[in-house]
Amino acid sequence: MTGLPALFYKELLRFWKVAVQTVVAPVVTALLYLLIFSHVLEAHVEVYPGVSYTSFLVPGLVMMSMLQNAFSNSSSSLIQSKMTGNIVFVLLPPLSYLEFFLAYLGAAVIRGLIVGLGVWAVTLWYAPFQLPHPLWMLAYALLACAIMGAVGIVAGIWAEKYDQLAAFQNFLILPLTFLSGVFYSIHSLPPFWQAVSRVNPVFYLIDGFRYAFVGQSDTDPWLGLLVVGACFVAISALTLMLLKSGYKLRH
Amino acid sequence: MSQPSPAIRVSELRKRFRTTQALDGVSLDIQQGEFFGLLGPNGAGKTTLISILAGLARADSGRAAIMGHDVVRDYRQARRALGVVPQELVYDPFFNVRETLRIQSGYFGLRDNDGWIDEIMHHLDLARHADKNTQSLSGGMKRRLLVAQALVHKPPVIVLDEPTAGVDVDLRRSLWEFISRLNREGHTILLTTHYLEEAEALCGRIAMLKSGRIVALDATRNLLQLTNEHCAQLRLDAETVPAAWQGRLQRDADGGWRVNFGDYAELETLLADLRGAGVRVLEMHLQEPDLEDVFTDIMKRT
Repeated sequence: MTGLPALFYKELLRFWKVAVQTVVAPVVTALLYLLIFSHVLEAHVEVYPGVSYTSFLVPGLVMMSMLQNAFSNSSSSLIQSKMTGNIVFVLLPPLSYLEFFLAYLGAAVIRGLIVGLGVWAVTLWYAPFQLPHPLWMLAYALLACAIMGAVGIVAGIWAEKYDQLAAFQNFLILPLTFLSGVFYSIHSLPPFWQAVSRVNPVFYLIDGFRYAFVGQSDTDPWLGLLVVGACFVAISALTLMLLKSGYKLRH
Repeated sequence: MSQPSPAIRVSELRKRFRTTQALDGVSLDIQQGEFFGLLGPNGAGKTTLISILAGLARADSGRAAIMGHDVVRDYRQARRALGVVPQELVYDPFFNVRETLRIQSGYFGLRDNDGWIDEIMHHLDLARHADKNTQSLSGGMKRRLLVAQALVHKPPVIVLDEPTAGVDVDLRRSLWEFISRLNREGHTILLTTHYLEEAEALCGRIAMLKSGRIVALDATRNLLQLTNEHCAQLRLDAETVPAAWQGRLQRDADGGWRVNFGDYAELETLLADLRGAGVRVLEMHLQEPDLEDVFTDIMKRT
């Protein structure tokens, strides 16, 4: 593991050098969602009794931002390195596939957490601070960033061009995050779409994360943890397998 | 004590990309301390061979080892012993020169490598660009940075894949001075290049690849003797030459004459015949065979 710290550091430095784009911009985007949706819906919608719509929305937005940015970090770093050819700088040294995985995953988690923290911080002006279950928050935040960081590694390795990565993002990641209960409770959906939502792992991430903030949820947070934990194990196994085989990296 | 392991050993290496057999059973030993040239036309398999040595590609069959370490089984030791300057002019636009070299050192587990980094930057004339973003470097400077990156871990074996393609004369000269110095200090150098005069001047031994096979492998001076086609260019004070030499002596575009001959005795005969016929030689140039002639010859024959 001698090369791991350097690769992890390089990945952190990479996004930190363009923090306006990688940290500030997603916080501003989330704030816009909050302003628009809470302005339109605050007076009309109460998802859980005693919980204002803004308080309901905040954890969803924080989670959505973490998911998108964790994915973005590993996938864009890899596709850029592949397109410019500087991926050889990490392929030539004696780095193992496990070090490769941990470094890209670690940096994706850190970026996700920083953006999540930023979004949460700016929303404190609009919704009162409340966090009855901090450990649940931590568990779901870490797992969410780790899952999406790993998905980002797979996408970054698989994609050969920017538009392929964009397709992955627009047709898979975005629908999964938007159709997962960020803006509504799935109980408000017709039965068919409720059932569809329940096979979307992102739904469990948002539902469990929201439970940590408002103390109410659509499903049991323990069930969510089981589903999400299994997802993390599965996607990690797939990523490690691809890295070990040298898929699309070592020809 | 057993013999030191060769710096590079490849045996029966085969690699196929879809429809092309990039390497078709290549075996080669390069001893420690050699300055070795790998020549061949585009698509001969040079870069594929280097990629397999570096772990960027995997062979279909056969083995490759750096300093006795198998590039697949003992990839950590093999890569630690190898520094590769890639052919493509690649750089990471997020970092400056010093950051790039520090990070690259870190990949090899080297912290506090600044002393050595300063030394390589000094020798490659990169020191005054240390804090510049890599994106703002000229092509020549980017090439130097690639050389520096390949050297951060002081590898005993250095591979340069077309390092002087598109590089100006000054940089080419200073680069070769530096690489020759590393070779004198004991580093093994494997070089691929399209500039055959560079290979002729620098490499002690040369292998020529064609369609994934080695078609020539010998000391550079032995290879140069493979072709004994000398050429003489003459300017004469007559418009005709003795009958025995008509046909052998060809007219040049600029009014002179040209003749190819195998050994110098033939040249003596020619000069005697000319003198006998009363023809005076106004000017004469001799051309020794160079690696380019040998290369062209071998590529045609095989």
